[in-house]
Formats: sequence, C-alpha cells, structure tokens
Amino acid sequence: MRRVVVTGLGTINPLGNSVNTSWENLIDSKSGISKITKFNVDTYPCKIAGSIEDSQINDEIVSLREQRKIDRFITLGLIAANEAIVDSGFISDEKSSLRSGVMVGSGIGGLDTIYKNSSVLDNQGIRKISPFFIPSSLINLLSGHISIKYNLKGPNSSPVTACATGTHAIGDSFTLIKNNKADFMVCGGAEAAICPLGISGFSAARALCDTFNEQPVKGSRPWDRDRSGFVMGEGAGILVLEELEHAKKRNAKIYGEVKGYGMSGDAFHITKPSEDGNGGYRAMEMALNESQLNPDEIDYVNAHGTSTQVGDMIELSAVEKLFETNNNLFMSSNKSAIGHLLGAAGAVEAVFSFMSMQTKTLPPTLNLDNPDTNTNINLIPNESILKPTKNIISNSFGFGGTNASLIFGL
Amino acid sequence: MSDIEERVKKIVVEHLGVEEGKIQSDSKFIDDLGADSLDTVELVMAFEEEFGCEIPDDAAEKIVTLKDAVTYLSANSN
Repeated sequence: MRRVVVTGLGTINPLGNSVNTSWENLIDSKSGISKITKFNVDTYPCKIAGSIEDSQINDEIVSLREQRKIDRFITLGLIAANEAIVDSGFISDEKSSLRSGVMVGSGIGGLDTIYKNSSVLDNQGIRKISPFFIPSSLINLLSGHISIKYNLKGPNSSPVTACATGTHAIGDSFTLIKNNKADFMVCGGAEAAICPLGISGFSAARALCDTFNEQPVKGSRPWDRDRSGFVMGEGAGILVLEELEHAKKRNAKIYGEVKGYGMSGDAFHITKPSEDGNGGYRAMEMALNESQLNPDEIDYVNAHGTSTQVGDMIELSAVEKLFETNNNLFMSSNKSAIGHLLGAAGAVEAVFSFMSMQTKTLPPTLNLDNPDTNTNINLIPNESILKPTKNIISNSFGFGGTNASLIFGL
Repeated sequence: MSDIEERVKKIVVEHLGVEEGKIQSDSKFIDDLGADSLDTVELVMAFEEEFGCEIPDDAAEKIVTLKDAVTYLSANSN
C-alpha cells in the first residue's frame, strides 16, 4: 500500500506570514483578531475580523504588478504555496512534473473582485470591465497559478465545500497519491472574504460574532458560555503531500503522515449542522477506519470549533460519542486565535496539527473562561500545554452539510 | 519626446512592470516587453482612460508598439 507523508508546510494567517512566526504566536496565546479598518463598518453588526496587514505580504514572492491581476485569495495562496514548496525542497523536472499536481480550494474565491467589477459594470459600463476580472476571481485559478509557477503538470483541481474546503483538498490529494495517480501534491486552501459583501452576507445569515466589537480579541471563544458567532479570518494554508518512497528517495524532511480521510453529508439544512452530530460523527469514523487506529489511539482533536452557539456543542457531542472510551483526549480550536478562515481553515489547522506533533505542544482555546460544558475532554483553555502526540484528528464542517475529517500521525 | 509619448510610456511602465529605459519606440508589447494578450486589452483601456477617448477594437488590434499607440492617440485623442 502506498503511504502518504507531509514534506512541506506553508501559511499566511492573522498570526503571521510564515509557519514558524504564526505557530510561535499561537502557542504564546496571541490573538490575530482586531477591528476591521479596511472599509467602513459603522453600520455593520460585526466590526471585527482576523485581518492580514498588506505589509505582511512579501511582494518579492508575488509582485505588486502580479497582485493587481489576481484576487487577494490567490495572492495569499501563492505566498503560502511558495513557503511550502521551498520547504519541501522539491523542484520538478520534465518527468516528475507529470506526477506532481495541485489541489487548492477556496470557499468563496474572488468575492471582492466580483463585487468591485459589478459596481464598475453598473456605473461605468462594459468597456471598463478588466480582462483580468474572470481569471482573477475564479476559485481554481489559484491551483492554476501554482501549477504554472512551479511546473506541476499532474492532477489539477480545486474543491469548493465552504468551510470544509481545505480539509477536503488535503484528503482528496491524499487519496490521489494513495491510488497512484500522483506522487506529489500541493494542497490546501486560501480565503480573503473580509470585504463588504463577505462580512454583510455572513452577518445577514446571523453567523458572525456581534457582541465583542469593543474587545476584538475576546470575540472568538469556542465552547465558552458567552460565544455569539464566528469571527472571520483570512489567509492560506498549504501542505506538500508526497508518497513515502518518493520522499525517502530524495531525502526529504518528513513532518508526519496522513493516515485517514473521512467525508459525509448531513442531508439536513443549508447552514445548520444536523442536530445529533451524526454527519460529523460519520466523517470522523470513516477517517478512523481508514487509519486502522482505534479511538483510544487518538491523542488530540484539532476541532472545527467556530464559536457558534449550535455548532460547537454538536461537534463536542459527536467527539464524546466516538471517543467515549478515550480518557486522555485533548481538543482545542485554533479559530479562537485566528478566526474562521472559511475555505482555508482546515488547511491552516492541518499545518498547525503537524507543528503540534513536531513540537510536542498543543495550542490553546483562547477565551474559554466559562466552559458551556462539563465534558471530560481537556479543551486546553487559554494556555498551550506541552504534550507529545502521536495521532491527531482534524475536523471541518461546511454550509450545505458537508463534513470532512483527517487523521495525521507521526 | 512628445507629451503624448511620455504619458503612453508611463502607462506601459506601470502596467507591464518594465524599466523605462528598456522601452524603445518600436518595442512590441507582446514580443519585446513580456505582455500577454490580456495585458494588451488592459493597456488599451488605460490609454482610453488617460486620453479620454474610445479606441474601437479594430484600431486596438493594430496598436502593438509604443509608436503605434502614440500615432493613434495623437490623431484621435481629445
């Protein structure tokens, strides 16, 4: 059987523009959430987000001229992809490029570009629409750009499963390598939806936190009594997945292994998760079955944990049910520090999961001051803990009732 | 250098990210200055904006060098 390992990591997120910087800030209990200043939010119920300063975007990797022709989600994805590919040390040649692919998705893609061009069309007419409008906003163009820049001619695609996108991208890439359709995959997700239409749309759906506008760092508080919705973040997470022998042959540094992948549908509601948590439960169970691990061998759950009233408890109950016999389980939500990166969330959280295993440190759930639960699971409130882990499960659930879980191991 | 030529050159520098010194009057946008076909569409839009005129598609297709642009805009801009 072909085994799949991780040989490169990259991210840009509200806590920093590299894996090491953002990881250090994460385990230091720093928050990347602040007031939105890029546009006027006076009339918006939610005025906070996990934004990335423009100065954090290295224009030596994506030039300012290039940035003008691509939506911000593509820029952020290219920054993270560069870090991951350089980290992997792999340079494709004529032959290996055919077995090397890209699978990077986004939840919404170029929303702000679509919004701006829509205004241009209404106010100035068709002659003012940029020829780069469509290619700058299409979701799969990020995978396209990465393939062009690094000469990767294997499978090329982009999942679009809302907040589960990043996790599906990694899982689908894992499956492609396992099934011998590729040896090397650049995968993950990118998102840049902190824009007027993005914030107002999620606000209208009553999904965003609207009770901590004056204390932004307190806004994202999974499982806490005072949680009131998620805080949006932006950024990208990219992993390089590689077939084990392929990686060994070139003496690549190996972060760990992808051991299992599960996916399911709720068939219940467009935005709410199924009340009994059965969808998430089945995704985790499928991943566990593929990994051939038993529930007691999982040390840590990198939770979806978005800080919404309903979702947090449903995930927790599904985890409690599946891991009923596991008396030493830890679980935390990275979203408490970086916000919810939508289609990039699962990918950034996968990057942090590998850093957890590598550094033997589990990141905290910030703002968990008054847990809304008596669970026996250690939710790692407010401060990271030193704890070696061998196997981690990471969850992502999206609008439409789409669920994905991955199991990573050392 | 004429005023029009200078303004055209400035747009080309901004949009194609090339050094001003490398732009000759007969440099071709695509072959010599690294533009792709979408870049040339955007260049023409920028010329229209700067010179307050509308360049029809058949005329735009013939603008392939700095000199072509200067000649056209000298004759047609307001």
